[in-house]
Amino acid sequence: MELSVKGIVRRFGPVTALGGVDLDVAEGEFLTILGPSGSGKTTLLKTVAGFEIPDEGRVLLGGEDVTLAPPRRRDVGMVFQNYALFPHMSVAQNVAFPLEMRRRPRDEVKRRVIEALRLVELEGYGDRLPRQLSGGQQQRVALARAVVFGPRLLLLDEPFGALDRKLRESLQLEVRRLQRQLRLTTLFITHDQEEALIMSDRIAVMDKGRIEQVGAPGDLYAHPATRFVADFLGESNLLDGSASAGHAAIPGFGAVPLPAGQPDGGVTLLLRPEALRIAADAAAMPCRGQGKVLETVFLGQSAKLRMALDGGGEVLARLPLRPSDPPPAREGETVAVGFAPEDLHVVPRG
Amino acid sequence: MSSPGDSRRTTARRRETALFLLAVPALLLLGIIFAWPVLRLLAMSVEDGTLANFEKATLDELYLYVLFDSVKIAAMVMAICLLVAYPVAFWLSRAGRWGVALGMFALLLPFWTSVLVRTYAWLVLLGRNGVVNRWLRDAGLIDAPLPLLHNTSGVLIGMVHVLLPYMVFPIYASLLRIDPDLSRAAEGLGAPAWRSFLRVTFPLSLPGVSAGCALVFVLSLGFFITPALLGGGRVIMVSMLIEQQVREFLDWPFAAALSTVLLVATLAIYALIGRITRGARHA
Repeated sequence: MELSVKGIVRRFGPVTALGGVDLDVAEGEFLTILGPSGSGKTTLLKTVAGFEIPDEGRVLLGGEDVTLAPPRRRDVGMVFQNYALFPHMSVAQNVAFPLEMRRRPRDEVKRRVIEALRLVELEGYGDRLPRQLSGGQQQRVALARAVVFGPRLLLLDEPFGALDRKLRESLQLEVRRLQRQLRLTTLFITHDQEEALIMSDRIAVMDKGRIEQVGAPGDLYAHPATRFVADFLGESNLLDGSASAGHAAIPGFGAVPLPAGQPDGGVTLLLRPEALRIAADAAAMPCRGQGKVLETVFLGQSAKLRMALDGGGEVLARLPLRPSDPPPAREGETVAVGFAPEDLHVVPRG
Repeated sequence: MSSPGDSRRTTARRRETALFLLAVPALLLLGIIFAWPVLRLLAMSVEDGTLANFEKATLDELYLYVLFDSVKIAAMVMAICLLVAYPVAFWLSRAGRWGVALGMFALLLPFWTSVLVRTYAWLVLLGRNGVVNRWLRDAGLIDAPLPLLHNTSGVLIGMVHVLLPYMVFPIYASLLRIDPDLSRAAEGLGAPAWRSFLRVTFPLSLPGVSAGCALVFVLSLGFFITPALLGGGRVIMVSMLIEQQVREFLDWPFAAALSTVLLVATLAIYALIGRITRGARHA
């Protein structure tokens, strides 16, 4: 493992920011730490970077224990949330900084700065000051500065937060391309689940100072281990029912079949909004109910419906739309709603 | 004919006028109590229709010597203040809530005390048999009392004490404005603390250094009470010379000429400090 975090605990007075975190990142892997603000993800990043000393636990980089090593001894490149470019230095001076600190010869510095700027497509911008660049360009300078010295690990602390949506999307793909090209082991921090799904090899979902689940994006989305993960990643309908004899009684849908081996008792089921079909499309579905449409939201390529089920409870449905499709339902209308049981996921720790 | 564009411009102009009106009382006050007297002074110095007073003020060796000495003392006060104030400001900018409260208290309490009172206090502390000399003797560090009063050392000690806050606060303010992530970034990129300071923190604090230096220098150059009392007549600053011309010789025109020379020297040095620090920043 390139990065191993073992049993990290960090307390601030009475608050436990990190309550025993274990995490492994393989060489060349892009791992995202996803969590709401206050989940401890930034503290974890700072611990890995060396700006925080944990109360308990160890940080290993390439097998070497760096728990107490100062940041400068870790060979970790970091892109800060606000980029933290040195405002009084030119772009080239910013990128040269880590090389100069490593006392590389002058011609090597020059060559590698040019290479790094070419990598982020900012050739010819070397003489500008950071404030003369746009937000996206500043971001790319920060990235060049973080990778120019060939770090063992790249840390990205919500680097796209301040950018508008279009730019963010193109930069996400660019960072991803660069990361693959350089085979950089990367730890990425974000609260944006969509961003996490787009960019990551694996995602670690954090809440209240603990890692809830680690897995590939598709796996986490389809098989969340906890209620928090199911709720935080994507949109979700969490249905509470009781299981008996391989079936669960769910208000509004009656008895639905469960995967084999499900013990009797209380159970939480995850049903993604896109698994639901309404009206005529619902007729072909094995599990059916009926509900009143409370709200419809048009989203371009799909429509979102909030429905009150006849048996009690609310569900969210997301219906794909083609440009020629009429609106799927009107607010106030009562329609059939259904899904296939294989789209149900039992949340183990509901 | 007025187009909609015209009326928009008119509205914008009206807003600017309204904002300008807010500054009028302050401008009037400055005009009456500062600009007008300065102009009067200037007029007074050339009352006799010649530049004789200026010739005397700028060519006479005695007065040149005093002016040079004043500049030298002001520069020394500025340098000592900078050396003492920067570490204090740096510590304050990194200190916790209690550290800042304590530091502010220690800086502001003397700041709010009358300069006269503080200068007399130094007379008690620095005399031949003053507290400082007695302590040093009792500690066995010296045999004979150090000459701390009625000389340049006394003047420097007193002036640095009075002017120190003027150096600390601008530097402290500029250090606070620096994003703390910048020194973190520098350290993360491989810089030891001292290199991170030299390459990042210090250059970015130069506007505060420049402001502090300019303030302390300008105030030092015109300082009167402290050098008059602690210098014991052996250290003469331009301000004392001016006072002497007015009070003892009733030579108002010459005092006016000296004042003008002091004002011009002050402005020139002020501009110079600004230029040096700006240059250093972009080096």
